[in-house]
Amino acid sequence: MSDLVSDPVDGETAAGDGAKLVGVVLVSHSAAVAASVAELATGLAGGGTLAPVAAAGGDGDGGLGTSSELISAAAATVDRGAGVAVLTDLGSAVLTVKALLAEGDELPPDTRLVDAPFVEGAVAAVVTASAGADLAAVEAAAAEAYTYRKV
Amino acid sequence: MLDADFFRRWMTATAVSVEHEAERLTALDSPIGDADHGSNLERGFRAVTAALEKDGPDTPGAVLTLAGRTLISTVGGASGPLYGTLLRRTGKALGEAAEIDEREFAQALRTGVDAVMQLGGAAPGDKTMIDALLPAVDALGQSFAAARSAAEEGALATTPLQARKGRASYLGERSIGHQDPGATSSAILIAALAETAGE
Repeated sequence: MSDLVSDPVDGETAAGDGAKLVGVVLVSHSAAVAASVAELATGLAGGGTLAPVAAAGGDGDGGLGTSSELISAAAATVDRGAGVAVLTDLGSAVLTVKALLAEGDELPPDTRLVDAPFVEGAVAAVVTASAGADLAAVEAAAAEAYTYRKV
Repeated sequence: MLDADFFRRWMTATAVSVEHEAERLTALDSPIGDADHGSNLERGFRAVTAALEKDGPDTPGAVLTLAGRTLISTVGGASGPLYGTLLRRTGKALGEAAEIDEREFAQALRTGVDAVMQLGGAAPGDKTMIDALLPAVDALGQSFAAARSAAEEGALATTPLQARKGRASYLGERSIGHQDPGATSSAILIAALAETAGE
């Protein structure tokens, strides 16, 4: 499923040499949604340093659903030692990440399920992580997307 | 006393029942869910049976922990992490004892059910698997047969409820009048338990 994992890009270093960037994992029931939101978020994060982003979408067999293997693999891919922020869409995506976190050893240390709207939160998380922010700041930025009302 | 073999037989009996009832579970999941509950659980419990044959865990706790982990990694829908957490937490609560008595098992299963409630945020009456599992755990103090009856009654009693969790909750009042597929599969799990105990 490597085509669904956007190339993790290591920082060229707005945040300084050796800066450890927070990784972002996007979990959706749909492989296309996860990959597209990853593309959108990295596109809007724009030039310069880009935090590593990976999509974990679908059930792993091309169907709709959630795959714990894809999620674990995606988290390992983006782990740079500064923590991993995981954003999810609905239902089993949320529950599977929570169950993996409870398992203890299935995800990198300092992996957090971030409570945020999927698309808006992903953009906020990737932009913030790319600026070199720590995991708490990435989480706060993504969660803040809930407060932006459209009407 | 209940040993690892008892729990292995429980999981195998569940796999057989789920396979037998997969179409009914999916039919129940069609009007209020996404019509995959039967096939998802069938895939998950088939993988559980294979994992138990391959690894041969030798304590009750190890059997249930392995079964839970396998469900989380193979089901692909919400029932994976929910049933996976139920069995894994129950297994962990049993510790490393080679044999346990019925009372210890009832306590451990309650720990598992509590963990499921925490994971999914569901309370009794939300039209979920909890509506079958909680009455079953309460009745387990009497007998396995009482637990089976309580789970079946609990599953039937979800029909008039309005769903407040999961995909069915988006349907609002239109979820009323349908028996909850998760409560139904939970009743199947508990029925397989009673069957394994010979009750």
